[in-house]
Amino acid sequence: MPETSVLNPQLPDLSEPQPVPDLTTWTCPAPLRDQPRVVMGHGGGGAMSAELVQHIFAPAYGGEALAQLGDAASVTLGGARLAFSTDSFVVRPLFFPGGSIGDLAVNGTVNDLAMSGARAAYLSCGFILEEGVEMSVVARVAQALGAAARAAGVEVATGDTKVVESGHGDGVFINTAGIGLIPAGVDLRPQRVVPGDVVIVSGPVGVHGVAVMSVREGLEFDVEIQSDCAALGGLVEAMLAVTPDLHVLRDPTRGGLAAALNEIAAASGTGVVIQERSVPVPAPVANACAILGLDPMYVANEGKLVAFVPREHAEAVLAAMRAHPLGRDACVIGEAVPEHPGMVVARTGLGGTRVVDLPIGELLPRIC
Amino acid sequence: MKYIDEFQDPELARRLLDDIHATVTRPWALMEVCGGQTHTIIRHGIDQLLPDQVELIHGPGCPVCVTPLEVIDKALEIASRPGVIFCSFGDMLRVPGTGRDLFTVRAEGGDVRVVYSPLDALRIARQNPDKEVVFFGIGFETTAPPNAMTVYQARRLGIRNFSLLVSHVRVPPAIEAIMRSPSCRVQAFLAAGHVCSVMGVGEYPELAERYRVPIVVTGFEPLDILEGVRRTVRQLERGEHTVENAYQRAVRPEGNEAARAMLADVFEVTDRAWRGIGVIPQSGWRLSERYRDYDAEHRFSVTGIRTQEPAACRSGEVLQGLLKPHECEAFGTTCTPRSPLGATMVSSEGACAAYYLYRRLDVAPARLEASPVA
Repeated sequence: MPETSVLNPQLPDLSEPQPVPDLTTWTCPAPLRDQPRVVMGHGGGGAMSAELVQHIFAPAYGGEALAQLGDAASVTLGGARLAFSTDSFVVRPLFFPGGSIGDLAVNGTVNDLAMSGARAAYLSCGFILEEGVEMSVVARVAQALGAAARAAGVEVATGDTKVVESGHGDGVFINTAGIGLIPAGVDLRPQRVVPGDVVIVSGPVGVHGVAVMSVREGLEFDVEIQSDCAALGGLVEAMLAVTPDLHVLRDPTRGGLAAALNEIAAASGTGVVIQERSVPVPAPVANACAILGLDPMYVANEGKLVAFVPREHAEAVLAAMRAHPLGRDACVIGEAVPEHPGMVVARTGLGGTRVVDLPIGELLPRIC
Repeated sequence: MKYIDEFQDPELARRLLDDIHATVTRPWALMEVCGGQTHTIIRHGIDQLLPDQVELIHGPGCPVCVTPLEVIDKALEIASRPGVIFCSFGDMLRVPGTGRDLFTVRAEGGDVRVVYSPLDALRIARQNPDKEVVFFGIGFETTAPPNAMTVYQARRLGIRNFSLLVSHVRVPPAIEAIMRSPSCRVQAFLAAGHVCSVMGVGEYPELAERYRVPIVVTGFEPLDILEGVRRTVRQLERGEHTVENAYQRAVRPEGNEAARAMLADVFEVTDRAWRGIGVIPQSGWRLSERYRDYDAEHRFSVTGIRTQEPAACRSGEVLQGLLKPHECEAFGTTCTPRSPLGATMVSSEGACAAYYLYRRLDVAPARLEASPVA
């Protein structure tokens, strides 16, 4: 990947042969070597995805920038601090209530950049099309992608198209990458989280995942809900206008709020406590999850963020979020604590406690 | 949400808890039969709120957990064959058979599909007349009626390329097996409400009388559980042992007569092995004679597959309430939801997985693996 090495000169020289990872010395307690092939769970954004990165990708080509393992890498180039991120989109169906793969391809990458405080400037856009897909479908996706880019104020600067044989793709796959400038004084990293930080979520959770599931083949159900897919750059700017001293932001996409909180807890070494009843879950999401045996905390969002904010700024940041259309329903759901470092704990509505774990692989609807 | 929020109300929960605390005078061991109830108890931390004298023993009512390894291996064998579309409920895909699971079969090229209703599998069969479509029909009296309906429909519509891999189990014989076990500590049962919504409560008075145990038909929301506990504790303190229905919004005494008629037509009672427990007489269903053509075991000639459980997995003791999940040596070390040794660690209804997911704060955290994200 030559583009990467231009942006990040610290990367190892890949022209030299690299050592093959020694599969026998892995120390992971749940060893990947038990899984000789890729299974769907490796793409689920949970523990299995993390192991794949940790054991195969990072040893093979990881450098300082990749080691941040954030939604976007923060790199310095010619004196400018840039946020740089990429994301691939394989959603099925391509069109769902409230959006399409085109909207996701823009907003997913724009939001990854926004989580490092950057306003997205330029995107690349690679299409992988399956032979036989209708041209009108490609056109609709492209139109949606263009409209989303205009709404987010980002320019698609470069692109690529490949076609794979019929049966070797799923209609349309999209990869986007994006760059943006990180404003001076902004340093958003989980390592900055300290006990006492207030955890704020920008609105109701689980909406996107349920909207997509409701139209997935074999699972169609009626639900009055639309994907929350949206670009969060403006909301983040409004928050940073209150104070550049936010500690960390995450957009809880795959793996949901639970995965985002666990990643922050693990990387920061603090514990996180949330009040379960404070987490906003819209009734249609709660209902669909109850029927499918899913936990809304693990369901994907595409237009929400979770923020760890120093206590002294929490009130003002919350007010600024509520004044923004995408943060109208923002609320405090918990705090960072010194106890149980790396672990997320929920206080249940009845007064008990439970651990909120990282999801493992794919979400699996229960039998009964 | 109607019928959910109301049954999670903290104030009403407090009142039920106060009542239980005021009633109990000595130690009692109750078993909640159903894995869905275990999930609610652990997820909401209900066991932490009960008096110390009330011990909840987690019963064998998780369909994923009790499906024998042998049946999983049969599923893996059938799903691996060319020309087969193997359909299953989602959480069976991660249950380990011998050496692999259905996800692995899919990664190796098998056509394994998650469906949300067995009738979806029948639809797939109609759409793919050149394929053999198999549905993995497991579970208790709750999942049996839709599976029976699917086979009934297949026969009625003359769909020949559909079959069912059946491993259905019944709750009352399991309760009986637990009570007959010499090491049994259970003094009362919270019966599984959904099972009773199908079967009614007629099977229970005899059990309550014979083993002198209170049996309270109980639902699945936090207030349902607390009400079930309140009523069983009240009976135990009074020395009573009757059958009570604490889930009247879903359970009629006679159950669902249409569903029972369908079950009687399609299935017949048989001995059945339970994972980790062994064979319990009369505890299962298989397809009855007139539907035998739809039995995947015969169609794919896998009746000969015989397998043994891994010795390290003590799920049998967990399922019988003899061992708490975190008391097992393998818990959280060699056995995690990521790499489960036994089925109780797989489904979120499984007692081991519920403890692992929700209860790691209390159970010797040093023994548990660190989060894989460093």
